[in-house]
Order: sequence, then structure tokens, then C-alpha cells
Amino acid sequence: MARAADLELASVTKRYGDTTAVDSIDLKIKAGTYCCLLGPSGCGKSSTLRMIAGHESVSDGDIVLGPEVVNGLPPAKRGTAMMFQSYALFPHLSVRNNVAFSLKMKGVSKVDRSIKATDALKLVDMERYAERLPSQLSGGQQQRVALARALVTDPQILLLDEPLSALDPFLKIKVRAELKRFQRELGISFIHVTHSQEEAMALADLIIIMNAGKIEQQGAPREIFNAPATEFVARFIGGHNIIPETGGRKVSVRADRVKVSTDGETGTGAVVREVEYQGTVVYLSLATDAGLEMTAIVPERTFYERPIETGESVRVHWDASDVHELAA
Amino acid sequence: MLEDKSRWTPYWQAAPLALVFFVFFLLPLAVTFVVSFWTYTGYSIEPAFVGDNYVTAFDKCFASLPDLCTTFRTYLSTLRFCLLVWLITLVLGFTIAYYLVFEIRSNTVRIVLALLTTIPFWTSNVIRMISWIPLLGRNGLVNQALMGAGIVSEPVDWLLYSPFAVTLSLVHINTVFMIVPILNSMLRIDRSLIEAAYDTGASPWQTIWNVIVPLSKTGIAIGSIFVVTVVMGDFISVGLMGGQQIASAGKVIETQITALQFPIAAANAIVLLAVVLMIVWVMLRLVDIRKEL
Repeated sequence: MARAADLELASVTKRYGDTTAVDSIDLKIKAGTYCCLLGPSGCGKSSTLRMIAGHESVSDGDIVLGPEVVNGLPPAKRGTAMMFQSYALFPHLSVRNNVAFSLKMKGVSKVDRSIKATDALKLVDMERYAERLPSQLSGGQQQRVALARALVTDPQILLLDEPLSALDPFLKIKVRAELKRFQRELGISFIHVTHSQEEAMALADLIIIMNAGKIEQQGAPREIFNAPATEFVARFIGGHNIIPETGGRKVSVRADRVKVSTDGETGTGAVVREVEYQGTVVYLSLATDAGLEMTAIVPERTFYERPIETGESVRVHWDASDVHELAA
Repeated sequence: MLEDKSRWTPYWQAAPLALVFFVFFLLPLAVTFVVSFWTYTGYSIEPAFVGDNYVTAFDKCFASLPDLCTTFRTYLSTLRFCLLVWLITLVLGFTIAYYLVFEIRSNTVRIVLALLTTIPFWTSNVIRMISWIPLLGRNGLVNQALMGAGIVSEPVDWLLYSPFAVTLSLVHINTVFMIVPILNSMLRIDRSLIEAAYDTGASPWQTIWNVIVPLSKTGIAIGSIFVVTVVMGDFISVGLMGGQQIASAGKVIETQITALQFPIAAANAIVLLAVVLMIVWVMLRLVDIRKEL
């Protein structure tokens, strides 16, 4: 139903007075991509999304959607649709009228409105709830209605502002899978803002990691996890040990590649500070003799072949091929 | 012991207000109701239980229809002021509340401006009324300005002691009663709803009609009840600003009280109360205000 389109940001900047929230970012998102904008709060990811949506003006640069620069266009003329963090469903309107709202604004007749809204509700499997008010729905159901309301406008790109943050952990994982399925079925791009690296890893074809208004790194989740470009990225996505080398350079080693042994002479000496059982794996917090904090992730079976206790002295080592150089 | 205490505590806590409510509202209301059935002559008031006062209040009113009797004409005039003042305060109140909530970004500025709307209450009603005279009188500021500007050649005399003056002064005092509840309703509207409406292509006017007005309904209803009840019973503004020439339901009662005809005044008060309650009932049928209380 929707026509997918490429999105390009060309040195897009957002300034609020003297502060620069988004600093001249360049970005290309091919049609049909699930893209996650990932970063800590205040990194500019939300401002970027809101500029793409047309809810925030662009201070500098161009936003190109399909063949067209859309900087000056209002949201509804851009071919984007936004799903808000708290869903922003109209509390006084039924589910059906919420979904049909944009059609009503466009002056679509009542019958056509109802047909199209029902179609959109069927898509998200919510047509049974068409006459309910938003307050009579659960968080997950509200989310689906918000999705239907966004999709009824036939957007080329769907923009999602922290769409899972209002849900409890179990629902989060379920709804996450649904979002991915909808994106695949619709074939349009989803741009999803989140501060959860776990969410981004699970969903994205393309992760854009932002920090202080700039893009730190972009790429497929596996690319980023295996080759974090900077110390910031390595720390933010987690699961990495940052090890300073001589000459001020830093390298990273994935926590699951760190080997811990109780005998042998290879590697560095370390003391086990904490042992955290996680089910499939065990987390070991270590303090090396050089005073470095490290984490090792050991598969459960390996760990229990020779359990290690808190306070025990061990040796840690890793393969040279697992060492990844970080940019300064 | 503990159980006993916790069971009675809420009643004790509610008691002071209940007492005030009883002594200063329910009791006088009951007395008014009882007195409305008493008889009176030029020099005496006798306890009785007769409907004469109500008959007098509507003297020949139903017999002479379709011609309107004095009572009906008075009520019609009062209702007309009420409707006009309600409409004007509604439009003003909604607009001002909208401006304060959606156009003002700084919370401090919003609070300061909201306090400014209470300026009409910084002085007593009497002084406020008298102050209109140098402004609207024959030689008042407005007339001087109009003549000075060459718009009129002689003083406009409908500015004061006229239906216009009554409406103006009633609007002046009552707009704030409309602003505050609507402001309160509007402040509860989630800003992301406005963005969501914009995102789905609604124009500013469409957003107002389809999102803001429906979500401000409770405030509009509460404000309307305030304004309607105050205006229906008003006799001071109508009296002073109308040059004592305009009739109103409240003024009829006031005149009868001044003449010490308490039973007929009480009967009229009960009739007025019934009319106001009917209007409020209709408004409550249209909007469920419990939703937001």
C-alpha cells in the first residue's frame, strides 16, 4: 500500500540559541530499512527524528525524501508519519475515529473513512476494539492503534520516538518483534529512536549511534558490535573491555572473548570482584593487577567445569585476533 | 478502639465544612422556602401555608399568553443578558485560556498573565461600578476620545445606563470565571496530542475544533455554570449600569426585599432558583463534568 522512498540528510544542523543539538550530520537511509537512532539522552537523536518528521525546523542543511527536499513541508505533506512516545492517542475519540482522524482532516467521506480505518485496524489486528476509547486499552493495544493511525496515511517512512519505553519488559520484547514484522511486511523504512542498545541490536538493519549531536558510527548491528569505531561506541553498546595501550591508544576486547584461567602463567593477573549468574552465561567482574576493571562473559558450562569464587586470583588472557583498535 | 476511631475520623474531618454549609446555605434556603408560603400585608407578615405568593409572582401570566406578562418579560430580559454574557465570556475565556496555555511558552509568564485576569477583583464591586462613569459617561473618556477623533459630533449616550453598559460590566466581572476552569482543562491536554494532530495534517483550526474544544468541554461546562448562575441572579450590575431602568429577576427580588415584602421575594427567589437549576441540569446533561473532577 505504501511507496517506499530513500531518505537523505545532508549536513543537517539544529541549533537552539547558542547550543547545537544536531551538528551537521550526513545520513543515507535506503528505502525499506529498519534504522535505529541510538544514543544517550541529549545526544540529538530525538531532534534528528523530529526534524525528519517536520515537527522541528532545520537550522541548516537539507532533508531529502525520495526526489524532493522536504525542509519546508508540514508533516502530512512529507510522506512521513510519526508514532509518539506516549502514543498521543486522542482520549475523547474511539479507536476507529483515532485511526480515521487524518482522513477526516483531509475531508474524506465518512464511509470511506470507516473502510480505510477498519483496514488499518485489521492490519494491526485491532478491529475488534474499534469502538473502545484509548483508556480502555492496554499499553500494547494502544501502541498498535497508534501504529494503525500512522499507517493509515500511507507513509513512505514511519518515524517512531522511543515506541517501547512505555511498555513493561515482557511486552517490550513481544511488541519489538511485531514492529519488525510490520516493517518487513510493509516494505517501508522505519526510523526508530531508542536509548536501548539491546533494542537497536534486535531490530535494526542500520544502527546510527549518536553522541553530542554527531554520528559516532553507523552500520549493521554486527559490524558495530565487532568493530566499534570509538571508545564511546564500545562503551555504549556494552559487552566490550576497553584496554589502554602504550602511547595513549586504546583497544577493545569483547567480554565474551576474554578467557579466565585459575592455573597457567599466560596473561595478566587479576582478582575476581563479583560473580553474576545469568543463566546461559556467567559474568565475572575482574580487577587486574594493573588496576583495570574488566568483565569476562563465560558460558555456564565452561564456568561450572571449574567454578571460580569471589576474591580468587586468576589469570586473564585473550587472542591477539580478538583485539580491536579504537580510534582516538 | 482503633477501628472505632478510624470509622468516625472522616466524619469529624468533614464536619466543619458540613456545619458551615448547613448554617449558611441549607438553613437559609429552607427558611426562604418556608417563608415563600407565608402571607403578608402592607404592615404585617403572617406564618401560613398558602400558594398566593406564587400565584402573584405569575399574576395572569398564563391567562394572557401569548402576550407576555411582566414576570415573563423580566425573565426573558434576564435570560437574554445571560445568553449574551455567556456567549461573550465563553469566546473571550476560551481565547484567553488558549493563548495562555498554547501560545505562552514560559510558565512564569503564564502565571503572571493568569493573575492579571483577576484585576477586576482587586477592588470592590461598588467602586468598580462607579469607575465606569468617568469612562463611559456623557463627558467620559470614551466620548471625549470619539469626539476628539471626529468620529461622532455629539456624545454617545448609550454607553452608560443602557443594556450595553450592563452587558459590558457583567462580561468584565465574569470572564475570569470562564478563563480559570477552561485554563485548567487545557493545561491537562497532553502537548503531544497537538503534535499528533499536526502530524496527521490537521490545520490549526481543525486542531482547535477536533482536539482542543472537545478536551476543554469540562472546563467550558464548569465556567458556564459559574457565569450563568451569577448573571441570572445579578441585580447590582443591572441596577447600577442600567440606570435602574432595566428589569431582571434578581432586581425584582431586591425591590420586594427593600419594600419588606419578604414572602413574595422568597417565592420569586425559589422560582429563580428553579430556573437556574434547570439550566444547570441541561448543561450537565450535555457534558459529564465528573470525568475530570
